[in-house]
Amino acid sequence: MEKLLEIKNLHAEVGGKEILKGIDLTVNYGEIHAIMGPNGSGKSTLSNVLAGREGYEVTEGEVIYKGKNLLELEPEERAREGIFMAFQYPVEIPGVNNSYFLKAALNAKLKHEGKPEIDAMDFLTLVRDRMKIVEMDDKFMSRGVNEGFSGGEKKRNEILQMAVLEPTLAILDETDSGLDIDALRIVAEGVNKLRSPERSVIMVTHYQRLLDYIVPDFVHVLSDGRIIKSGDKSLALELEEKGYGWLLGEDEAA
Amino acid sequence: MSSTDVLDEVVGSEYKHGFVTDIESDILPPGLNEDTIRFISAQKEEPEWLLQFRLDAYRHWLTMDQPDWAKLNIDPIDYQAISYWAAPKSKDDGPKSLDEVDPKLLETYEKLGIPLAERAALAGVAVDAVFDSVSVATTFKDKLAKEGIIFCSFSEAVKDHPDLVKEYLGSVVPTGDNYFAALNSAVFSDGSFVYIPKGVRCPMELSTYFRINASNTGQFERTLIVADEGAYVSYLEGCTAPMRDENQLHAAVVELVVQKDAQIKYSTVQNWYPGDENGVGGIYNFVTKRADCRGDNAKVSWTQVETGSAITWKYPSCVLRGDNSVGEFYSVALTNNYQQADTGTKMIHLGKNTSSTIISKGISAGHGQQSYRGLVKVAASADGARNYSQCDSMLLGDQCGAHTFPYIEAKNPTAQVEHEASTSKISEDQLFYCQQRGLGVEDAVSMIVNGFAKEVIRELPMEFAVEAQKLLGVSLENAVG
Ligand SMILES: Nc1ncnc2c1ncn2[C@@H]1O[C@H](COP(=O)(O)OP(=O)(O)OP(=O)(O)O)[C@@H](O)[C@H]1O
Ligand SMILES: [Mg+2]
Repeated sequence: MEKLLEIKNLHAEVGGKEILKGIDLTVNYGEIHAIMGPNGSGKSTLSNVLAGREGYEVTEGEVIYKGKNLLELEPEERAREGIFMAFQYPVEIPGVNNSYFLKAALNAKLKHEGKPEIDAMDFLTLVRDRMKIVEMDDKFMSRGVNEGFSGGEKKRNEILQMAVLEPTLAILDETDSGLDIDALRIVAEGVNKLRSPERSVIMVTHYQRLLDYIVPDFVHVLSDGRIIKSGDKSLALELEEKGYGWLLGEDEAA
Repeated sequence: MSSTDVLDEVVGSEYKHGFVTDIESDILPPGLNEDTIRFISAQKEEPEWLLQFRLDAYRHWLTMDQPDWAKLNIDPIDYQAISYWAAPKSKDDGPKSLDEVDPKLLETYEKLGIPLAERAALAGVAVDAVFDSVSVATTFKDKLAKEGIIFCSFSEAVKDHPDLVKEYLGSVVPTGDNYFAALNSAVFSDGSFVYIPKGVRCPMELSTYFRINASNTGQFERTLIVADEGAYVSYLEGCTAPMRDENQLHAAVVELVVQKDAQIKYSTVQNWYPGDENGVGGIYNFVTKRADCRGDNAKVSWTQVETGSAITWKYPSCVLRGDNSVGEFYSVALTNNYQQADTGTKMIHLGKNTSSTIISKGISAGHGQQSYRGLVKVAASADGARNYSQCDSMLLGDQCGAHTFPYIEAKNPTAQVEHEASTSKISEDQLFYCQQRGLGVEDAVSMIVNGFAKEVIRELPMEFAVEAQKLLGVSLENAVG
């Protein structure tokens, strides 16, 4: 199987403090990887490092994406190359029209791919189609980006953006948190619709219930900046039952 | 790179209107005395009363001091080193039809995006083009005349409609109102005159485009707009100047007279040359703008987008005399590099149930400094007066500053005055969010800033709104990333 992403011995610091302490992870095209682990273990940090956020300094190791060194790309270049991060806390951009923003994002990607910009009508058709997937009302498109959206609405908006931008690697950081049961199902369907042999997903979550909807190929447990256990979907069920204690103990013993 | 570095880099604008038109001009040697004023008045073949108006203003001005209460650092201005008259040569023998206007001038306005030939003109916008001290062309005059609307250069108005000019000139901003207004009243050169008769809704946007070209000259334009009972007009003002190392003075006076049930919407996109990234050169923009709502239910709104000038000193104001009259002030001011702006408004509530709204958005980048200065005054007579003020500042980087000076004087216990203020930094989270969606840093900053200014931009007429949005983006180029 062809590798999309290869993380080797990744160490990263935030604010001078080492948070990631040697991560190894390979994601092949078409795979869905779930990352679980206690609060503060470094899950969001890993997502941010992959997306290229400022202030997250890689001190050791490498990340190869589509066969190239990912770490030397600017965040916007990574995005145009197909990395999409659904934020744990999507930010509000007051006054910037949601639809305008999304169109600008799509056009940035199209331009990067050497394709012509999408015209207003085609864009409208595309967005309408994708909005059906996340069951979002038209009125959200004329509001400011996430401006005054409820927590769940923000998360749906993330999935809408993802559905429109059709990333190669989607990184979902706790997209399930703060969602009611219906929204969870809707968001999960959005992700499942995107599932294809050309795309991969890294999904950070605390809860098995998301994995009931989006069945992962692999489950990894992150603790204190390291992946301490990897397995298939049954690992998540085991965690749900036993918590992290037994793993942490095992880690200490090792 | 820290976000401050990033921001510092994105701010650093390139001024797109900095070219000089090579045209032969008559320029009065620098210096100011009564002879200068007599010369200007004679050039324009003005009636005696107007010369007297000028001389009175000049004599008053001599007794005044340049104000220093604004939060601005202004290098001393040598008023004797300024030339008070510059006019393209071909213009000697009075107003001409468009076909006779020097092609170089037409080309200049074309380059600025203001085609003057009526067939190419912006649909639905009539333009008065003022080049240095004179108006070089006014479009759609005949079409407007059919509705009884007068739209012409100030000089023409003095010749063709002396009674109207005499009745209203100085009636809103008296000659001795303030230092710069007095100076303007003494030496004003040209500008626009608008009269909308009773009950007429002006069918197109009226617009004046001011261009400073000559060096070492000041521009002192005078605008007078009268909306008679029940009339409506939307008026736009745009300005640019070449890039020059010395500071040039622009001291304008704008008077709006709004009669009963009338409405004036006045929009400005001010893009005078701001100086270079080290603060060398640029226009000193010291402007007095005031609207007088003389009758009941009169309404005036000022909308301004101020991105240019080295220093801006400007407080478009509303005197709400008529009962139920309404004053609005929507402002976006952007200061980058070493630009300074002290701007705001005065809302003077005299009539009953008068209301005013102030929305001010300040954006500072580089070493830019700006202050919002506003006065809301409610007289004892103004029962039921209401004001809502909102002043938001956005900082890009940590070398710039934003200050707010709201003054409230309420002498009527029924007055409701509300003031809200906020200061925010463009956040790293917002920038990263945009980048993560594939937007470059400059586009992201431009987008965030435009979003911040949206409540004001949306008050602008369509063509201007697009222009203003671009301008905010361009003025912040290299402010980040
Ligand atoms: N700017 C920072 N300065 C110092 N420490 C930081 C900074 N940002 C994150 N950290 C620390 O890094 C550690 C990992 O944080 P991270 O957000 O990656 O955890 P997480 O696994 O996503 O947790 P959660 O499940 O609560 O979302 C935490 O201890 C956090 O306090
Ligand atoms: Mg997290």
